Amino acid sequence: MADILQAVLNVGFAFAIIRITTPIAFAALGAIITDLAGTINIALEGIMLQAAFWGVFVSAITQNVWLGLAAGVLSGLSLAAILGYLNLHLKADLIIAGIALNILAAGSTVFFLYVLAGDRGVSVSLRSLVLPSIVLPVIAEIPAIGAIISGHHILTYVAILAVFVLHYLLYKTPFGLRLRAVGEHPVAAQSVGISTVKIKFIALLLSGLLASLGGLFISMGYVSWFSRDMIAGRGFIGLIAAAVAGRSAWRTLGGALIFGTAEALTFVLPIWGIASELTNMFPYVITLIALTIWGRKRIRSGKRQIDNTSGDRKF
Amino acid sequence: MDPYILMRNITKVYPNGIAAIKGVDFSVEKGEIHGLIGENGAGKTTLMKILFGMERPTAGTISVAGQTVKMTSPHTAIKMKLGMVQQHFMLVPTFTVAENLVLGMEPKQGITFLLQRAIELTEDLSRQYGLPVPPRAITSDLSVGLQQRVEILKILLRKAECLIFDEPTSVLTPLETKELFCAMQRLATEGKVIIFITHKLREVKEIADRITILRNGKRVAVCKAADVSEQDITRMMVGEAKIPAPVKRTTVSGPSVLSVRGLTCQRKDGHIAVCNLSFDVAAGEILAIAGIMGNGQTELVEALTGLYPCLTGTITVNGEDVSTASPRRIRLCGLSHIPADRMGRGIAAPGSITDNLIIDRYFKAEFSRHSIFGLRKKQIRQHGEILRQRFNIKAPTAMMPVQLLSGGNMQRVVIAREFTAAANLMIADQPTQGIDIASTLDVRQRLLDDRNAGKAILLISADLSEILQLADRIVVLYNGEITAHFSTPAEITTEELGYYMLGAAQQAGPEIEQAA
Repeated sequence: MADILQAVLNVGFAFAIIRITTPIAFAALGAIITDLAGTINIALEGIMLQAAFWGVFVSAITQNVWLGLAAGVLSGLSLAAILGYLNLHLKADLIIAGIALNILAAGSTVFFLYVLAGDRGVSVSLRSLVLPSIVLPVIAEIPAIGAIISGHHILTYVAILAVFVLHYLLYKTPFGLRLRAVGEHPVAAQSVGISTVKIKFIALLLSGLLASLGGLFISMGYVSWFSRDMIAGRGFIGLIAAAVAGRSAWRTLGGALIFGTAEALTFVLPIWGIASELTNMFPYVITLIALTIWGRKRIRSGKRQIDNTSGDRKF
Repeated sequence: MDPYILMRNITKVYPNGIAAIKGVDFSVEKGEIHGLIGENGAGKTTLMKILFGMERPTAGTISVAGQTVKMTSPHTAIKMKLGMVQQHFMLVPTFTVAENLVLGMEPKQGITFLLQRAIELTEDLSRQYGLPVPPRAITSDLSVGLQQRVEILKILLRKAECLIFDEPTSVLTPLETKELFCAMQRLATEGKVIIFITHKLREVKEIADRITILRNGKRVAVCKAADVSEQDITRMMVGEAKIPAPVKRTTVSGPSVLSVRGLTCQRKDGHIAVCNLSFDVAAGEILAIAGIMGNGQTELVEALTGLYPCLTGTITVNGEDVSTASPRRIRLCGLSHIPADRMGRGIAAPGSITDNLIIDRYFKAEFSRHSIFGLRKKQIRQHGEILRQRFNIKAPTAMMPVQLLSGGNMQRVVIAREFTAAANLMIADQPTQGIDIASTLDVRQRLLDDRNAGKAILLISADLSEILQLADRIVVLYNGEITAHFSTPAEITTEELGYYMLGAAQQAGPEIEQAA
């Protein structure tokens, strides 16, 4: 028991939580923005994977980490744009189009990895780069806290910054007001001249941007290579974190932290002698439990809504 | 001087061949309140949708302030300073009033939305027009009347000179209606143009300067409101022949068909909505339930029809205990049901007229061969076609989706199904709500015919005159309990009934027990 506590209650573990939460937080922020716009980006997972691959590939070819970053973001954005085009212009079903893009990303990354680098499954022959980590001045000196907060990957700080920016964008700007209007009452938004197609498209692109950064974090920070299906469901977990958290960027970060902690635990629990096959299930089991609790909560609040409407129903 | 709004020779033919409007002229002057009146399906809403750019006319021209315009979308209309208060409000429920008001034209500095500025705008505007609203309140917390006021302000903020109100009073309480009329009058004196769509005669007489009457897509008359009586308007709306002779009452009640004992119903939130009700409905009588809405009527009907379980008590239909039976089982015991919630419970909107007509009987031997592939398509089609004609449902074929019909015709589908169900008990919950005069009279006549043919009918209605006209016996429901029972409705007045409905009076126990 003491071993467990020691493993959990130390700075290293806290640092790990922040690190592991980063990609989930990116995905969850991407999810919340589409959620508020009344759409849903099922392709987050595929976008992350696509960005992870092209970031690694371009950084290895050009030996320029920033070009890798740009390539990853562009590849993710293009996938989001395809989803927007399919759904908003060609009226394809959002879920089906999203699933198709996820499969496309899973297939195309493996395909291009083999065609362009000759690798099967893992990018062993690519000398790819990683994005830098940052030691925060002053804060790094503070005992304990410095060791937890400082020294993270640059994209981890971008994720934290993104929470602030997104909160401001969604709740303090005319664009945010319009986006939320489109999500909640599209006909009302249209009636005052707001283009729901345009707003939803922008929301999908923004979610694509955030998801791309999440994917790039995994292949150019968390690890330094690309391997097939390396996102391992983090995009979907992000979707769930956003759904459970509700309509705020801050709570979305909180939701992502829960899942990040769950994943971090899978690394320390084997110390207790639990088989790693079991502990690896942990994030996904947590996901199911969270969904169950959220579903029950929603059914209850849904019931209340029904009662409210029948209470003042006019005849 | 030209009128502010001038619509000439407007015709609208839908792709399915129905001509909704045939060569209508319509004009409104500045500073005028103009009533547009007609039955359901007469073309009022279509005409206004054309004016507001929501639909394109097949022929005809529109001019606003002397300028001919092609109304291609609501945006054109808004640019031409038109505004429309829809029946369903265009407000985002979780937004504050101020946010809803400025949506699409938000005050900003850089990229920052200035909420404080929006609140000031709201306050200024509501002071200017004397329409007070709480700018910081969440819209969904407001009463319907206040939400409507927000809609009006929203239109005024966009500099509208002409305001179109589509049946604005149908959702309002009498007091809210009065306030709305004051606001409309004030706007008219300020030189705004007000168009008021309605089918309520009293209101149009009360508020309108001039009236345009539509019937069957044609303009029947334009006149000064002061020059015509309500009877004149009715005649022009309905046409001469349709006003039927009053029905003779033949009250010979037979055995009890519906018997309710000690019924208590609990709402989903735990509130006891119906408490210890006992009453009977006999063959050959109409028992009417009077009461202000929300006093347990909904829950009572849901319990009787098996849609929501009752807490305690027994319900017997034709001698069979159906307290815990499914809706289908209860229907098979002899119940038919016209629900108040037409869109939710009365019809399946995307389905065809025929599908909606057989939805309670598709499994019967007449239409089904009792196997999964066994629907008798031909019989079903014939059945749909016959009922469509018999009940005068206005559609080119019975295969048309119900959602393309007007509200009145949707109700005719419900009426057609329920009046032809093999049942000797009917629960008619607001059967004439929101339908036009001719259809209303038709439904009432059918209820009386069925009663005379020996059916038992339970009528729930918000319309007291309907209750007094049709009922053989009346019970009053107040706060989930029966507070009065009248076995001779001819002897009571609306006022008397009103006392009991408001809970100002209550009969003693023995009199109420006669209901059973």
